[in-house]
Amino acid sequence: MAAPAVGDLADDFDDLHVRVISPRRGVLRRMADVYAARELLVALVRKELKVKYKDSALGFVWSMLNPALYLAVFYVVFSLFLKNGIPLFPIWLLSGLLVWNFFSMVLPTATGTVIANSSLVKKVSFPREVLPLAAVGAGMVHFCLQGLVLLGALAAFRHPVAPAYLWLVPIALLYLVLLTSALAVALSAMNVYVRDLQHLLELVLLGWFWMTPIVYPYRQVSDRLSVPSWAFLANPITPVVVVFQRSLYGTTTVNAGTLPLLPEWGSFTMLLPLLVGIVISLALLAAAIHLFGRLESSFAEEM
Amino acid sequence: MTAAIVIDGVTKRFKIGGERFDSLKDRLIHLGRVPATEFWALKGIDLEIAQGETFGLLGHNGSGKSTLLKCVAGILQPTTGQVRTKGRMSALLELGAGFHPDLTGRENVELNGLLLGLDRKAIASRFDEILEFAGPEVTNAIDRQVKFYSSGMYVRLGFAVAVSIDPEILLVDEVLAVGDEAFQRKCLNRVKQLQRDGCTIVVVTHAADQVRQICDRAAVLDHGDLIVVGEPPVAIRTFREHLFATGRGDAVGDLLDDPSAVIDGEAPPSRRRTLKVKVRNVDVRHPGQPDRAYLCTGESLDVAITLETSEPIPGVNVGLGIRDVEGRMVWTSNTELLGTPTGPIDDVATVTYHFASIPLLDGGYSLHVGVVSVEDESVIYDWIDSMAGFEVLSTAQVFGQVDLPVRVDRT
Repeated sequence: MAAPAVGDLADDFDDLHVRVISPRRGVLRRMADVYAARELLVALVRKELKVKYKDSALGFVWSMLNPALYLAVFYVVFSLFLKNGIPLFPIWLLSGLLVWNFFSMVLPTATGTVIANSSLVKKVSFPREVLPLAAVGAGMVHFCLQGLVLLGALAAFRHPVAPAYLWLVPIALLYLVLLTSALAVALSAMNVYVRDLQHLLELVLLGWFWMTPIVYPYRQVSDRLSVPSWAFLANPITPVVVVFQRSLYGTTTVNAGTLPLLPEWGSFTMLLPLLVGIVISLALLAAAIHLFGRLESSFAEEM
Repeated sequence: MTAAIVIDGVTKRFKIGGERFDSLKDRLIHLGRVPATEFWALKGIDLEIAQGETFGLLGHNGSGKSTLLKCVAGILQPTTGQVRTKGRMSALLELGAGFHPDLTGRENVELNGLLLGLDRKAIASRFDEILEFAGPEVTNAIDRQVKFYSSGMYVRLGFAVAVSIDPEILLVDEVLAVGDEAFQRKCLNRVKQLQRDGCTIVVVTHAADQVRQICDRAAVLDHGDLIVVGEPPVAIRTFREHLFATGRGDAVGDLLDDPSAVIDGEAPPSRRRTLKVKVRNVDVRHPGQPDRAYLCTGESLDVAITLETSEPIPGVNVGLGIRDVEGRMVWTSNTELLGTPTGPIDDVATVTYHFASIPLLDGGYSLHVGVVSVEDESVIYDWIDSMAGFEVLSTAQVFGQVDLPVRVDRT
């Protein structure tokens, strides 16, 4: 075969089926790559869950035992010994904790995913963003299982939810997943270069938890310290937590109006921060994928 | 003819050197004085590979050939430049690389197929085919976790998945030297079938004879530069000459790269060939078993070397060498040493070595032919490495390299 000169063959090389490997791959193309690998993403989520519960007799039940134990312990401690004035405190706590557990369990796991899968990253070509996203997916499964426990508790205590606010829950979840995904993608790439990011993250999450109104009610802080509500909502997790508490715990004040828990907002007022959050999260996700693409160029040799 | 792979000005920089600062603490401590030793593994490669072509990337260790292959595979990103590929691609870089030890064979097949870009429906429809290729041992263990697999089973399943996707572009990095010999042959046959079906194949190797055997074209890389692109003989000659010219012929790594260039202390002779007499053909015949592709230990073998010359010459010294797969010389001699001068040669002549018995055991052997002047051995007319070879199958219950006549008794 005669040796073709450079340039001879490239003429018809412009159609869409051509794969381009280049350091300058746009965010939209990267997103399209991830979308094309959605079946891989699902398979990786399944792998993560299978590997976690392989050889364990109870399997997924472990995921549900954690919140169930929380329910039992908090019921005993806060309803019998340390009465804090919030009736059915475990249900109050779990409605917010569900959100936080998802966020705080996914982020450290996702941050370590690129390193943990270094054998794949060094030897196989695929959109690497699916690795942190698979951790988000696995977190969603755990979230659903823990949600079942909460639903069980709601049924057991015949606790009324707030039907007028329930429709906000899926929107809040969408926002939570988008935000978590953006952070997961960015952190997983940065962790390749700064390995102790995971430890730092644990500290940050610990502080973050106490800055979020989960254990204590929103109004207890906003009323006493007269913190303006926008400052509280600048914590991006707060709107999600408040929506969950408002719709699942159901009431804004307890003890005949003497103990305010949540702001007296209508459902559309609560929608607003969620929508703002979704827009910001989408921008963050694009930025995270851009950052990931930049950092990815030397993944293989950094590991 | 259209291109399958277009490589445009690809460079790749690696940062290497002493300490690495990959924790926040280290970065803060060493702020501003992080040593950056740069190393350019690829220094601007332009290359086009046509659809259906089998292309060899030849180079010694550290030449950048594997880096280039990884850039084509999309595992590494070029520092500048881009690679464009067209068609389903499968890379045989490390077999079973994506396998997770805690998942079963079946689950890993699915995961690996998805990693290679198949969808689940396509994987399900190819599943039986994959099992058949991987063999009965793997089939029986398909629902067991792969951490219980032997390394051979691992590799077989990995290869079966990699080739099952009917790749339009196949990237091979010397992985065919894994598994047992029977499976190796099976792999090679599958690759050859893909080759016939029009699959574009890129092979990275440092074995020149492999390039000659299977490639349509080849490129030689040296320290990140593309030295030559051409048909295999051109590329191989450049590879050897360059190796010699840059004085790297005695580097330890190159012992493996190019055994014929260093093992017996000879310079690569191609640069000094006068081509007054040329080796036109080397023909291997099995006189006892003319229709068998291999011979058994102890059978006879004829090697017919056809020479051609443009002017009459009073005589030549025709040398023959037999090397094993690792490049070790098993046997060598020439017509002068054997006391059988060729006599005058005009136009075309055939010199045949008749081996009454080949006492070698299992393996592939390559033949090396040199034609030199009768008066002065340093005047080399022609020299060809690995132009032909033969396979030996041993039937005796002895192992090693040679079947020595043996008798055991007890006193």
